[in-house]
Parts: sequence; structure tokens; C-alpha cells
Amino acid sequence: MSTERERDDERRSNRTGTFGDYGGQYVPEALMPALQELEDAYERYVLENEDGFMDEFRERMRDFGGRPTPLQRADRLSERYDREIYLKREDLVHGGAHKLNNALGQVLLAKYMGKERIIAETGAGQHGTATAMAAAHLDMPCEIYMGRTDVNRQRPNVYRMRMNGAEVNPVEAGSGTLKEAINETMRDWATTVERTHYVIGSVVGPHPFPQMVRDFQAVIGDEIRDQIQEKAGRLPDSVVACAGGGSNTMGTFHAFVPDCANPRFADGSSGDGPREQVDLYAVEAGGSSLEIDESEGVAPNSATLSTGTDGVLHGAMTKLLQSTDGQIMESHSVSAGLDYAGVGPELSHLVETGRVTPASVDDEDALNGFHRLSRLEGIIPALESSHALGYLEKHTDELGDLVVVNVSGRGDKDLETVLEETEKRDLEAAPDVEVFDQ
Amino acid sequence: MSEYDSDIEAAIREDHPALITYITAGDPSLEDTKAYVEALDRGGSDLIELGLPFSEPIAEGQTIQAAINRALAAGTTPEGFFELVDDLETEAPLLVMTYYNMILQYGVSEAPRASDSDAASPRNEPDVRPFVERAAEAGLSGIIVPDLPAEEAEPLRAACDDHGLDLVFIIAPTTEGERLETIMSHVSGFAYVQARLGTTGARANVSGATHDSLARLSEYDVPKAVGFGVSEGDHAAEIIEAGADGVIVGSALVEIIADADTPEAAVDRLEAKARELKRGARRGADSITVDPEDTPEPEQP
Repeated sequence: MSTERERDDERRSNRTGTFGDYGGQYVPEALMPALQELEDAYERYVLENEDGFMDEFRERMRDFGGRPTPLQRADRLSERYDREIYLKREDLVHGGAHKLNNALGQVLLAKYMGKERIIAETGAGQHGTATAMAAAHLDMPCEIYMGRTDVNRQRPNVYRMRMNGAEVNPVEAGSGTLKEAINETMRDWATTVERTHYVIGSVVGPHPFPQMVRDFQAVIGDEIRDQIQEKAGRLPDSVVACAGGGSNTMGTFHAFVPDCANPRFADGSSGDGPREQVDLYAVEAGGSSLEIDESEGVAPNSATLSTGTDGVLHGAMTKLLQSTDGQIMESHSVSAGLDYAGVGPELSHLVETGRVTPASVDDEDALNGFHRLSRLEGIIPALESSHALGYLEKHTDELGDLVVVNVSGRGDKDLETVLEETEKRDLEAAPDVEVFDQ
Repeated sequence: MSEYDSDIEAAIREDHPALITYITAGDPSLEDTKAYVEALDRGGSDLIELGLPFSEPIAEGQTIQAAINRALAAGTTPEGFFELVDDLETEAPLLVMTYYNMILQYGVSEAPRASDSDAASPRNEPDVRPFVERAAEAGLSGIIVPDLPAEEAEPLRAACDDHGLDLVFIIAPTTEGERLETIMSHVSGFAYVQARLGTTGARANVSGATHDSLARLSEYDVPKAVGFGVSEGDHAAEIIEAGADGVIVGSALVEIIADADTPEAAVDRLEAKARELKRGARRGADSITVDPEDTPEPEQP
């Protein structure tokens, strides 16, 4: 398949772990040998399929994970927007989100590497849940770090992790969200690095994580590419995905990055002839406002790609929400899974070079997107994914005639938040939630 | 005049065995920090590391994390930090210990701002030079960056070389073989030997990893100082006896600051603690050259 070939070419040219000016390995020295060991294992097992690693991974993703997921034509949305709208149903992956693609890949890799223990951070709890499931499935002890605020707002996922036998450690520091959970997991890893693998949950962190997580998630875009050509006979005009750290985003976009009129991205050597242009939209959480309060160190949003500036956080040079002094801001989103002040370095690079269009949708439009999909299509999306659907509503005219939206996860975990936030607002797409308790 | 190019190396070699102390600048205020640094200097510190607080200190344990939070809550800024260093007159050379993002952002004038969602944000240009220039101007002798491994350090090294500052690298218990050789070839000032895996924080004993690391480093002719977990004079003695040229103590001093009822009490206790640690280090050096039977009883803190 051409995308596989292109991916191999890119791997050969990208061995230093940077994407343009972004990426790298900014971590304490104690972790560097572990990163080198991981890089070596990633190259052998993931890139070269040593010992049939990738064959086992794909088989487990099929039988345990439920892949491939459907690409579904959304009939009523297509009618509403007067164009062809397709939904990539990552909400149907085992566990209810795309996160398992990466979690299972990394836990299996840790097993091949002979590691004895798995640790992970989680924001919304989707990655923690996926890691706990993968660890139970592959019989590995597992500890999850989760910010106290997120523990309180994502209870169902805390229960699921514990059901799967994982230990959940609430992190009290700071605002008790994903940023603090990552800090604490890195501290654990620096202490236990010789026998522990840290399953980073997004395309963030030091090399090789951004590349490796993207490769595990790239199955999303690979499937879309085949499915859309089969169903619509051509590539889409636009692909829309939400972006927090960016793992579903990069997973969805990766296969389409070369589909670009700009020769910088289109790889003429692939023998496919001229490229059709596929526009890529990364939709971030606009929260309640895009303005930041420097004096309080608070950003009422998580719109890193649209409003962030370059800096180093959690092991990589990337775009960040930070003060002029370089202190990291407390981000905000109605969706815990997007609530992060950083973003993947490759996504920063693709935005900087113009290949990916950054966009943001505020809390209200995301909630409307949630209700609209629930009522029009019978699919309750995660609040994260609802941002992509909010963008579709607001900017449908810019997206062309054939649009694919990635529904990165299902919304069961968000029901309480949605009810609470809906009650506070007058939302056009929402049902009357006051009658729910009667 | 010293025979060494580096103030830091001179301090360790000439005051052997060396005591290196760390506190977080701005905890609880920059004014208090000035008094605390002077107390550590009087107590016999040969080098003093000042932490410039960063909001995500991934290499720190809870003690220093809490100090950093207090310093940030008190409004500590890089410029305030440099003004403090401008004002300090200590016998011990001063180093700054901070995270890479703080160095990159210094002097970047462009504030993050909301932009039209259809356009990428304007590019700021992070650069290490303004920070290094200001550090040299303020009279700092070196920089330690816990999240900057040798692989990513070239821009900062070049800037430090141009301004006569040492860039101190950390050697972890996991640093071996080729990596160790590479890092040791870059060392300037001293090698910061991390006593154990994990984060900073006072501990009750000296780890076996310390002895292993010092053994691995014995063939390299650079000063070696051990930190991460050192809190008492007896630890200092044991570490120097194991072959280190200096001990680095941070969390134990930060705890004194956190626990003291008044800044004056903290000043007295910091000075006394520095003396205890320096005495311990000397005891370790003495026991290398005397019969172990003659070793004096350890002093009570």
C-alpha cells in the first residue's frame, strides 16, 4: 500500500526524532538510556516486524480490539449540510475510544522488551482505561496516574480501570489535570525505569513516543483511505479531527499528509501520479475564551495550535500555552481529554508549515455538536470528538463536498458533565434535560 | 589567581572536599533568599545552586516541588531572580539550576495571544543566548538543566562557552558505557553524580548506586559531586569517603526553610546545617588518610 511505503521513506529520513523545529528528547539523563532502549525496540519490533510483533499486534487489535472500525455515511448530517459526511467510528473500538490502538501496541511492546510493569498517565481516563484493559489482557501489572480534578469528573473511567485490576493514583498537585498526571508519571518512571515501561497516551513526550504513538494510531487513517475510496470512489476533500495532545488527530491525518498540492508534502516518487488535495483540520478546545490571563497563569482554553508559542514541555519542543516567562498555563476545556497545555510536536510542525489547519470550537459549540450527533445519528460522541462535530456545523461551507469526521470516542463517560453543562446554558441542539430526572 | 579556568572547578579542587548547597529562589520571597544564600555562604558552602522556579519540575521530589510552588505563588520571575543575583556578594560561586523552557523563553518578547483561528500564531523564536548573557552579567558561574541531556545541549553549551559559564551535566545511575564517555567529554565545572534513581529529596541513607557510580567515574579526572538524597553530615562523610570530591544538598535545606517559624530562625538553622555538612565532608576526607579505628564519633545534627 502506498501509505506504508511513504511511511517507510519518512522513517528513514526521520531518525533523530524531530519534525522540523519540533520534537527531540528533553528529559532527565536517568531516562535517556530507557529512551534509547525503547527506540531500538520500536525500530526492531514496530518498523521491522521482528519476531512477528506487528502481526501479533494487528491480530490482537482485530480480535480483542474490534478493528477495523466502520466508516459510516451520516445520512442526516449529509442532508443537513448538503454534502457527503462520513464518520470514522473509533467510538466502536473496544473500550470506547481510539486510545486502545496505542495502549495495546505499547503494552505488547513492553512485553516483548521484557519489562515487568506498566505505568501511564490519563486525563479523561480513556487512555488509562485502554492501558488498564491492555495490561489485563496481556497480564502485566499496571498503575495509572490521574489528576484529582479528572478523578472527580470522570468517575466511570476510574471504576473501569480498577475493575481491570489497575491501581489508580490520584495526583493532587496543581490543577489536578493531565499536565500534573504526566509530571507524576515521569517521576515514577525516573525511579523505576529499569523494569517499567511508561505508556504515554498521546503523540507527545520525548522521541520515540510521538512517532511510535502515531504509528500505532495510523491504522485509523489507513482504514479511512481504503474505506472512502471504496464507498465514495475518491479521497475526501477534508478530514476533521479533534486535537488535545493529538493522537487521534495524527492517527487520522498521517495517511493523508502526502495528499497535498504543495510539493513539499506530496511525495512525487510514490508513483501514484498527481495528488488530490485533502485538507486537514485539527479542532482544539476553545474553552470559554481564546484570551489568556497572564497574571493568573490561566488559559480558559486548550487551543495550543492556534494560540500557543514554541517551548519545551514533557520532553519535546512543541507549541505550548505558556506565560512570557515560560511558565506553563493551566488550560481549560469542558472536555477533560482535550484539557492540556501542550500538543504533539509533529502536529506543531504540520501547522507551522501550513499542511494542517488549526481551528478551535468553544465549550458551547462542542456541547451542541454532542447533542446534534446524539439526536440526528443515534451516536453519543465523546466530548472530545464533539469539538470536531461543532466545527463541521460552523464551517461546513469550507470543507468541500466530501468530508470525513473522526469520532474518536463514545460519550458515555461524559453524560454527567454534559447534563450539568447543558443545564447552565441555552443550547439550540440540546433536549430539555430537566425532565431527565423525573 | 587560580590555576583553573573555571571558578567552579577551582572552588571544588581548592576547598576539597566541597559542600554544594541548593535552595529555590523566591521561597518564600527573593528578599529572604538573599539572607539564606548569605547564611549558606557563611556556613561553609563552596558552591551555591539557586533554583529558578519552573511550573513543571519533573526531576524534583515533593519538597522542592512545594518550594517552587511557593516561589511562583510569591511572583518570582526570571528578571527578579537575576536582580537578586546582581545584589549577592558571596565567597562561593553561584550556579543557576532551572528547566530548559525557562532558558528558552527568556528575552522572547512576544506574548502568546489569541489569534484568528484560521491563521497559525506568529512565530516566537526561543533562544538560549539572552538567558546566558544575563546570567553572565549577573555574575553566575554556571548552569545546571535537569531536563537537558547532552544530545540536546549544543546550543546552550556554545552560548555558555562564549560567556565563560560552566554547563554542568548530571550522571545518572543508568548512565554507562558510550553515553558515560560522551557526557564526561562534555563536562565542565564538575560532574553532578545522581546518587540514586528517582527525584530529588532528602533520604535516610546513602544508596549503593552512589558507590557504583563513583567507581565507574574513578578513571575520569574531573571533580565529582554527589547529590539526590544527601541530608546529613554522616552522609557527606560516607560519600566523600567513597571517592567523591563534593556533596550536593538541596531538599534538606529547603525543608529547613519550609519548617522555620521565622526567616531569622531559618537563617540560623541553614548556617548551622551547612557547618554540619561541611564538617561531615571533612571527616570523610580525613578517614581516607587515617586508620579507621581513629574515626571520631559522628556528630549529632
